[in-house]
Amino acid sequence: MTVISDPPAKPAKRPNLLFRNLMAKIASIPMIVTALVVFVGCSAWTITYSFTGSRMLPKTKWVGLQQYERLWDTDRWIISIKNLAIYGSFSMVLTLVMGFCLAACLDRKIRFESAFRTIFLYPFALSFVVTGLVWQWILNPDFGLQNVVRNWGWESFTFNPLNDPDTVMFGLLIAGLWQGTGLIMCIMLAGLRGIDEDIWKAAKVDGIGTIKTYVVVVIPMMRPVFVTSLVLIAAGIIKLYDLVVAQTGGGPGLASEVPAKYVIEYMFRAQNLGQGFAASTMMLCSVVVILIPWAYLEFGGRKRG
Amino acid sequence: MSNVMKSLLIGTALTCASAAQAVELEVTHWWTSGGEAAAVSKFADAWNATGNTWLDGAIAGSGGTARPIIISRILGGDPMAATQLNHGRQAEELIEAGLLLDLSDVAEAGGWRDIVNPTALLDSCTLDGRIYCVPVNIHSAQWIWLSHAAYENAGLAVPKDWNEFVASADELQAAGTLPLAMGQQGWQQSIAFGAITIAVAGLDAWKGVNVDKSADVARGPEYTAVFEAVAAARELARGSNVQDWNLATNMVITGKAGAQIMGDWAQGEFAVAEQVEGVDYSCLPGLGLNAVLDTGGDAFYFPVNSDPEITAAQKELAALLISPEVQVSFNLAKGSLPVRGDIDMSSANGCMQKGLGILADGGILPSSDITFSADTQTQIEDLMAQFWSGDMSAADAQASYADLIEDAD
Repeated sequence: MTVISDPPAKPAKRPNLLFRNLMAKIASIPMIVTALVVFVGCSAWTITYSFTGSRMLPKTKWVGLQQYERLWDTDRWIISIKNLAIYGSFSMVLTLVMGFCLAACLDRKIRFESAFRTIFLYPFALSFVVTGLVWQWILNPDFGLQNVVRNWGWESFTFNPLNDPDTVMFGLLIAGLWQGTGLIMCIMLAGLRGIDEDIWKAAKVDGIGTIKTYVVVVIPMMRPVFVTSLVLIAAGIIKLYDLVVAQTGGGPGLASEVPAKYVIEYMFRAQNLGQGFAASTMMLCSVVVILIPWAYLEFGGRKRG
Repeated sequence: MSNVMKSLLIGTALTCASAAQAVELEVTHWWTSGGEAAAVSKFADAWNATGNTWLDGAIAGSGGTARPIIISRILGGDPMAATQLNHGRQAEELIEAGLLLDLSDVAEAGGWRDIVNPTALLDSCTLDGRIYCVPVNIHSAQWIWLSHAAYENAGLAVPKDWNEFVASADELQAAGTLPLAMGQQGWQQSIAFGAITIAVAGLDAWKGVNVDKSADVARGPEYTAVFEAVAAARELARGSNVQDWNLATNMVITGKAGAQIMGDWAQGEFAVAEQVEGVDYSCLPGLGLNAVLDTGGDAFYFPVNSDPEITAAQKELAALLISPEVQVSFNLAKGSLPVRGDIDMSSANGCMQKGLGILADGGILPSSDITFSADTQTQIEDLMAQFWSGDMSAADAQASYADLIEDAD
């Protein structure tokens, strides 16, 4: 019966596919056009002009790979990359660990949970510029933490991360964590709330300890939540710029420079668009290098499964 | 239909007519510190006194922050009526793209060729024989500012030149005073480097690198001495935990630091703090060794506007900015030197008189805004930021510097 009824259904299906949810497709056209023109189009334009000797205004004066050679010969760019690697790896690990631990603590049905949640999430409501300025003052040796502790009587106390080239990235990291952990905590908390109560009951029946249940059972079940958090944190790391501008201005010296700041400053302050485009193209490359294997694993794997 | 059109046209004509009475011009600049704000208000007052309106568009955060904003507004088709820039090569490409108003007729009417002194200032506003900006002041960067309070506190005489300052630094430090205040920003460190170069290496070596862009001179023994002097100076500035230049100047004003190398705009801060030259602070042009000054400074550019009313007002403002009374009141407040030699500056204080004297003797140099492109300047500032704040050796810094000069434009 099914064999007979199938063939006439097939030709009717084809127009169906194109016009199915027609309204939704029309509605999403602006978004598709925006994505193509703004993201793909502008990226292509930027990459093209990174091979030119454009200064203040874009010009098609081709110079080959010269901008890239200069870029990788520049100390400031190398320092920026290293700084981003330090900030990125610490920020990634610490945000995830702290976010999860805070969420797990709140999930233990403590009192005043919503009050704590608000307190932890509150820094996220501030812009990076405000966060940067606040932490610049807190970490300032003459007005901030160091001064307060010294006034308590501990005269030799020294805590001056922002003015030491070796520690300035950790000063930024403190501010970045303070701002970013709350959001990750909330996402994790939502993930934890999505875990069925019965799982906990079953673990209890089997005599598995609380911490072991988290590590062995709950965390693997929260994989999508972790992936979301990872993408959010990674995006925040790559575009790290305003926090640096507000908190350290890239100083002392070049010790807290980051790639995004290099791009902006060479495009506009040094009036060398070609150099800025080359640097931003390298940033795009690094994102793509991370993104493609991840997308392959995430989406390719699902199809096979 | 025609009635509607008529009333619309009449309405427009009326608006235009009233606009001709009082034109509102938006002027952007980055003069936001106390002394600078006092100076720019002289311009605003003079312009408002003509019956027009000065719409102040101050952008905080020094030229490095403001310039990109100004340039992208001009490029993006949202130009202001007038804007400050440093004259030199910053606006070169904007002029080539036809985005800035040609002021040649105003300049001719006002006889700028004859009154602007030194004439090099007008040359840096000129491209292909046409004039595109009004120079409003001369700023020089080769000054050291010394705090009398700091030296009295340490029981020392106030130094008369850079060598005496370096010699006195140890005793100053022993008295608990930071010898050299230094804002931890590349452009300030670059200024200090330039001033020390002129003091230590002399004019010929300076010109060899900055004007002729000779990498051999930059690798030579004169510059080795410069880099060693800077390496010594950075030790004197260790512990200077400030970023902005006016905060560093404030350390000198309050006697927390002995000295600061900064351009003559620092004088505005001393004036706002009501300090008196020779009593509360001293100033040494060319660090007291080589009394020469560069002639950088600020200029106003007028982006092209399609509205003829605004264009006329722009030209009116251009003529006003260089008029004698405005020049005197503005430069007295700003602490800078006037661009015309034919006005009476006898009410200027000691530091400005020193500057005027050097200007009259012709001890002038082109500023780095004129000799180097913004790209090269940024690279030098980056190197200086790295050198002053870290522990890079003098020899490494010299080698990197010479490489930069080799590719400089």
